[in-house]
Amino acid sequence: MYPSRFEYDAPKTLEEAIAILDRSGGEAKVLAGGQSLVPMLKLRFASPERIVDINGIPGLNHVRVDADGTLRIGALVRHEDMENSALLEKSYPTLAGAASLVADPIVRTRGTFVGSVCHADPQGDWAATMIALGGRIVAQGPNGRREIDMRSFVLGPFVTALAFNEIAVEAVIPGAKGTARGGYLKLERRVGDFATASVAVYLDMSGATVNRAGCALAGVGGRTIDANDAISVLNGKQLTDENIAAAAEAVADAADPRTDHRGSADYKRHIVKTFVTRILTGIARTEQKAA
Amino acid sequence: MALDELKIGGMGASRRRVEDNRFIRGKGQYVDDIVLPGMLHMEILRSPVAHARIKSIDTSAAWEVPGVRLVMTGDTMAARNLAWMPTLSYDTQAVLATDKVRFQGQEVAAVIADDPYIAKDAASKIIVEYEQLPAIVNPMQAQDPNSPLIRDDKENQTNNKVFDWEIGDKSATDRAFADADVVSKIQLHYPRSHPSPMETCGSIADFDRATGKLTVYMTSQAPHIVRAAVAMVAELPEHMIRIVSPDLGGGFGNKVPIYPGYVISILASILTEHPVKWVEDKSSNLISTGFGRDVYLQGELALRKDGKILGMRMHTVSDHGAFFADAQPTKFKIGLMHSTFACYDVPAAHLTSEGWYTNKAPGGVAYRCSFRVTEAMFFQERMIHAAADDLGMDQAEFRRVNLVKDDMFPYRTAFGFLTDSGQYQKCLDLGLEAIGYSTFAQEQEEARKRGKLLGLGISTMTEPLGAGNSREYDIIGIKMFDSAELRVHMTGKAILRTGAKTQGQGHETTWAQIVAHELGIPADDIVVEEGDTDTAPFGMGTYASRSTPVAGAAVAMVARKIRAKARKIAAHLLEVSEEDIEWELGRFYVRGNQERGVTIQDCALAAYSNVPDGMEPGLENNAYYDPPNLTWPFAAYICKVEIDPETGVWDVLQFVAVDDCGVRINPLIVEGQIMGGLTEAYAMASMQYITFDEEGNCIGSNYMDYLLPTAWETPGFELYEVVTPCPHHPIGAKGIGECATVGGPAAFVNAVMNALKHTGVRNVDMPLMPNRVYEALQTGKDVSGMPPVKAG
Repeated sequence: MYPSRFEYDAPKTLEEAIAILDRSGGEAKVLAGGQSLVPMLKLRFASPERIVDINGIPGLNHVRVDADGTLRIGALVRHEDMENSALLEKSYPTLAGAASLVADPIVRTRGTFVGSVCHADPQGDWAATMIALGGRIVAQGPNGRREIDMRSFVLGPFVTALAFNEIAVEAVIPGAKGTARGGYLKLERRVGDFATASVAVYLDMSGATVNRAGCALAGVGGRTIDANDAISVLNGKQLTDENIAAAAEAVADAADPRTDHRGSADYKRHIVKTFVTRILTGIARTEQKAA
Repeated sequence: MALDELKIGGMGASRRRVEDNRFIRGKGQYVDDIVLPGMLHMEILRSPVAHARIKSIDTSAAWEVPGVRLVMTGDTMAARNLAWMPTLSYDTQAVLATDKVRFQGQEVAAVIADDPYIAKDAASKIIVEYEQLPAIVNPMQAQDPNSPLIRDDKENQTNNKVFDWEIGDKSATDRAFADADVVSKIQLHYPRSHPSPMETCGSIADFDRATGKLTVYMTSQAPHIVRAAVAMVAELPEHMIRIVSPDLGGGFGNKVPIYPGYVISILASILTEHPVKWVEDKSSNLISTGFGRDVYLQGELALRKDGKILGMRMHTVSDHGAFFADAQPTKFKIGLMHSTFACYDVPAAHLTSEGWYTNKAPGGVAYRCSFRVTEAMFFQERMIHAAADDLGMDQAEFRRVNLVKDDMFPYRTAFGFLTDSGQYQKCLDLGLEAIGYSTFAQEQEEARKRGKLLGLGISTMTEPLGAGNSREYDIIGIKMFDSAELRVHMTGKAILRTGAKTQGQGHETTWAQIVAHELGIPADDIVVEEGDTDTAPFGMGTYASRSTPVAGAAVAMVARKIRAKARKIAAHLLEVSEEDIEWELGRFYVRGNQERGVTIQDCALAAYSNVPDGMEPGLENNAYYDPPNLTWPFAAYICKVEIDPETGVWDVLQFVAVDDCGVRINPLIVEGQIMGGLTEAYAMASMQYITFDEEGNCIGSNYMDYLLPTAWETPGFELYEVVTPCPHHPIGAKGIGECATVGGPAAFVNAVMNALKHTGVRNVDMPLMPNRVYEALQTGKDVSGMPPVKAG
């Protein structure tokens, strides 16, 4: 596996990195964990003229919560950091559920959360969780910082709203008004396989009532599927069997799967419905026990 | 006093693999680790389409890339009569395409450059104009009289058929079916899989014009066959060819055939007068080198009401790709498929086979199986499972009725094999006990209440391992025996060389243990070397689980020759006649006076310093071993699964493996072989297949699509042993390397089918992916894996 020739930079500051991107006029790629980029280089699916390695830039590997409950994840936070975070385990069940299902343990030691979101693979796990959680990406460019809502961040397969001279420096996830509930389920043929279908569900609950429900899907469309509107049938409601069934039905309708060697479109839609039901039923049971 | 055999690392010692010392330190020497002065690098340009006429090839832009030394096309090869080469099955294969491309990934051109990056850059600048032809992606399409002729290069080839083959007694089988109370049928597809060794194929060809000697470092499981083939194809004198197979990162059959890349690198070295290195990438390995299986199997059993099998009929339709390049004994066109049902007492059997060309990669290798026995045993055990269900008989009981009994050996199978030993019932009973067979029905019922479906599958089989004998087994006419050469040095240390070639089997460890067993020289005092045709004795290499049955036997025999000479030396040293010498491990002594003796090391020293009058000095010898028969290990694999009916996902709850491979030289290595084989069996049963779309595009050309199992999803395996020594092998050993891969898949599939029994589904083709199992549950119908891509 021999990639095409490229130039390599390892800047020490964000400003320097952004300046290099700006000068390269769209012919450069940012390298964080490299778990998708490096294989693409080797297969020559990607042949950028320049690689800008941001691993030497300080201040990008934080996972922290602001006073208002907002979660901030820096651009160099590895999947493994997410998996091992006690903070997520307790308060962000959607992220905690996905963390141990991303790729395989080897990839997780190196790949980054923000990098995965920016890769915008239709089968990627983190972009789906971000959409369900109502997250935002903080992008820094020559003219400073801006925040991009996840719902308008992924524009298509492997395409995002980032400009060529911007770096995604942080992912931001708003805190819940009430209690955060959620889960992530994925059907894969083998650990490390891309998803045949996966489902991210987020519920902001007060007592037994859902304030806001969020949902997104991976593997069942040409891009990450934003199923927030579909699952909004739960907003203001309780997790009864009927409401759960209606939500699962609506989310399955939002999926746009294709028949391929991983299964038929109908099968994948069925898996989406089953997984939504399982996550919601699990939350309902926990709520019942707590009550 | 006699040595403690386990302490010196003899037979039965679970000695750690000595080769791992270098492997785990990253100090292995694989082909790609070897760097020769002035070495150039080769990249192969492959066809992006499955079937097309080549209209033109423009290499001019590639030649202009700085650092490019040579660009080769089919014309370059044809000018030296090397555009085509013979295969191991008496067909021909294109080295670089001249007229047409016949599969996606076929070799079209090659660039030789100063470094591999330049070679790759330049290869992408070669412009090939193709005129596309319809692609044939399965044997059913190939049979259509209107389908295009793939092998229009061959004279007298008017259709896409490779061969028709037949064995057995048709009329006796017909009579058995006429007498049957019940006839049970099944139809299966064993999908195309790939051995996927961690190290891909590659070579460094180094032709020295000054000496006329060609040295090729290459990834070969059988370097001596390569030397003979190169001598014949390249018309070079055999003594001026040296093939070196260094450390190999796995083979599994993938490194038996001779690939175009090797041949191109040889000519490139001759033309450039530099060493030329070619190492393929993973995708190239997956799409162009020897695959396994891809056979449609159908057949039926004639049954008496009480469960006795009266006869078996079977028909296979196999997909060989564009060139018939299977590595297998000449007279058996579909390998040893006729070893099917060898562990059952079947009075009459008949097998017909047809092979077809398609626009897919060639080289049906025995992927960790002794020449198509994987398909044979998979068919057998799926057929047995279906027949028991059809008869309404218990799976274990049906097998008990029909398994060959201990007192029936030697047993001649309906297809003519002679199985010589085994304790089949004992193995089965041990396995059933371990898995809790007697309480399974209850367990199944309880699971059903939890909404889960439980299933239990059995696979029992013997298989023919260890080709030859040389009367019946050959590769392109070269008879199958093997060899060993042992030199004991003055201080009693030794070097052993064999004609086999380890690629992960651990020969460096186990061969030394056989010598230790025979001579009492500690295994740590023996170094084992293989793979260099200039130094190793002639042998047929390692595949078909043949190393221990054949080369391993040669090791024992050469050690016995050494012992015979040492005995004479001992008599001389002890000043008694040879008849008065007794042997105990590591030591000769005078009969009646055990205190008075000499060690094997004493004899070694004397062999170089104090030999009796008239004896040649030295203590070395060689042995060529032609086995009287194959070895016939037996296995009972039993699997318990749980299916989630909402998703079709199934999990293995328990897997029990009972293996009888005769005497175990190194139990640790045997267990490793079984674990690895079962892991591959699980992969094929659950996730692995290479298929093709209607245009002949390979779906599964990378390891994101073609899945190798990891430690995460691979279930645990419980291993048990029964030991029935092989009656004709010098140390009673039988082959084991492939048993689990061969017998394992049916255990998984039978378990899932058992869980689906209530739905009336008789078959779901491998791989049993969740979507297929779910479909079977929903529809109550069989799910076929017929290519092109089965939608869902």
